[in-house]
Amino acid sequence: MGWENWVITTFSRTLAYGTPLLLATLGEIYAERAGVLNLGVEGMMIIGAYAAFSVAFTTGNAWLGILVAAVVGGAFSLIHAFASVTLKANQVVSGLALTMLGLGLSGVLGRGWEGRPLLAPLQKITVPGLSNIPVLGPILFDGQNLLVYISILLVPLMWYILYRTKIGISIRSVGEDPATADSLGVNVSLVRYACVFIGGMLAGVAGGYLSVAYRPAWTEGMTAGTGWIVIALTIFAFWNPALGLAGAYLFAALFHLSFRLQAWVSPEFLKAMPYAFAILVLVIVSRGTLRKRMGAPAALTLPYTRGEE
Amino acid sequence: MRVPSFLRVERRATPSTRVVLGVSLLAIVAALIVAGIFFQAYGVSPIRAYGDILKGAFGSRLGVTETVRRAIPLLLCGVGLTIAFRALFWNIGAEGQLLIGATAATGVALFSGVPGPLLLPVMFLVGFAAGALWGTIPAALKVKLGINDVITTLMMNYIAIYIVEWLIHGPWKGPTMRGFAYTDRFPAAAILPTIGISRIHWPTLAVGLVLATLAFVLVKRTRWGFEIRVVGENPHAARFAGISHFKITVLAMVVSGGLAGLAGVGEVAGIHHMLLGPTHVSMGYGYTAIIVAWLARRNPLAVIVTSLLFAIIMRGGDVIKVSLGLPFQLVNVFNGLILFFLIGSEILMRYRIRLAPRRA
Repeated sequence: MGWENWVITTFSRTLAYGTPLLLATLGEIYAERAGVLNLGVEGMMIIGAYAAFSVAFTTGNAWLGILVAAVVGGAFSLIHAFASVTLKANQVVSGLALTMLGLGLSGVLGRGWEGRPLLAPLQKITVPGLSNIPVLGPILFDGQNLLVYISILLVPLMWYILYRTKIGISIRSVGEDPATADSLGVNVSLVRYACVFIGGMLAGVAGGYLSVAYRPAWTEGMTAGTGWIVIALTIFAFWNPALGLAGAYLFAALFHLSFRLQAWVSPEFLKAMPYAFAILVLVIVSRGTLRKRMGAPAALTLPYTRGEE
Repeated sequence: MRVPSFLRVERRATPSTRVVLGVSLLAIVAALIVAGIFFQAYGVSPIRAYGDILKGAFGSRLGVTETVRRAIPLLLCGVGLTIAFRALFWNIGAEGQLLIGATAATGVALFSGVPGPLLLPVMFLVGFAAGALWGTIPAALKVKLGINDVITTLMMNYIAIYIVEWLIHGPWKGPTMRGFAYTDRFPAAAILPTIGISRIHWPTLAVGLVLATLAFVLVKRTRWGFEIRVVGENPHAARFAGISHFKITVLAMVVSGGLAGLAGVGEVAGIHHMLLGPTHVSMGYGYTAIIVAWLARRNPLAVIVTSLLFAIIMRGGDVIKVSLGLPFQLVNVFNGLILFFLIGSEILMRYRIRLAPRRA
């Protein structure tokens, strides 16, 4: 394989695997920016993966599957929002419960769906003209699906909303200092619910991407810890959508490159790599983290009650 | 939420034991009712399903012993987690610490050459040490570098899984096992005695009960237990009091990881008598133990009761699968629901609702 092919394969696989990571990370960034830590990403993703697959399989329409995954993921996340915002329950435990529930539910519902190939997965597109550009063409414009581009476009959009609009100010202020936000007339609960919901929708879509595009099939537990890597990436990104993009692709590239070592190391070692990377990545950014207290939203995991504190 | 004018919501000072018990029971019943909807959806009447589960757990000798043997790893992991949670360390990694403990004990059993009568004690010690080590890595990373404990403990579960997979497919694969991915069988000296023909490996159970009691004394009666609580409840006050955050967190995780490691030793030396696939060594005991510890309100002695409760639910999973033909995964749905209702109901412990006195 010439170096050109090598570069093309590496980068196009990076885009393909980085997309679900990016989608779910963007969503978690919004939830955490509003002060709600949602450790249920893994659960929301797997529910989304199951929903998307079952709908795409029965209707033959992969996009409908993705749409349903978004709705189901969002609806599922509201359980966490209700527990942590309305009932002011412990967010760590509530998120864990959401993951357990998601893994359990998808396992129960998904029984009998395994081993069925999806005949009409999400379409891969080739952009005429652009795909002929040397190197960049085949990476960006040949054989990727529309969700890859949508996720990339979401980055500037979500960044802009977060840092340059009134809505974004509301979100960030609710995550930093809910009492002040409340006194300025921001509806703290509403903002938190909305951000958790956005996170749930994007996690659902990320799961759907895995089951109708990345590897078009349903397997129990198919997200295999991806949701937890998303939690790590959110920290790595310092809660910034633009850095989220960098983190997701960096991680996906590492993941892909590790499989190039196949000839030398055992498959179990390769499978353990992403999890070791996740820890490594956090160690790398930790120097900055101690200094800036990780740049975490100040009210992250803290429930808000008017008139207390 | 708006409260009608004739009611008043008040903060409770500290909820009494009766309130805690009542609210916990209420939460479990509520979860069971919601889970009943699933049974109904599968065309099984929930009453029959719960009846079958109870019969499966208590209706026969086999049922009782199989329930108790599942409670053993839940007890050990659960007691350890109460200590970690008290120090506000989110140890989601008992599953991995259990696997590493099992792995280390297997290494001792098969390859150490420790003489007969000493073999089992050494296996327990090494299993404890291995689990403790696996648990202290995230503890050190959290205190020294500020790295999120939930993520590191979880990621290390996956790493532990693949270490076991690698060993049983590679270097430790048993030559006598006809190509199966198991290690060789343990020598007789490395196998724990059981009660009668059951699978209750009583030495592990005894260790679990003793350690639950010791842990209770530790958190309630010693200076160290007090320091753990201060670190967990108010890290700032802890710093002013000269309590070392690092020391307390690491020690809490030595206990927590170590106990999970012991659970792993019990599973391989008491049940399987070999190291085999990670999902067979542990059926998610480390994760279920999180709920066990939470339901016990981080009280090590209460874990004796809550671990038994979740052992019944796990045993119920067998019943659900075998006699009702429903997926075992329903157990996870159960667990998730119970956990939600538990934390959701905590608001009832913090507040009380009363009739407001009539205004004059």
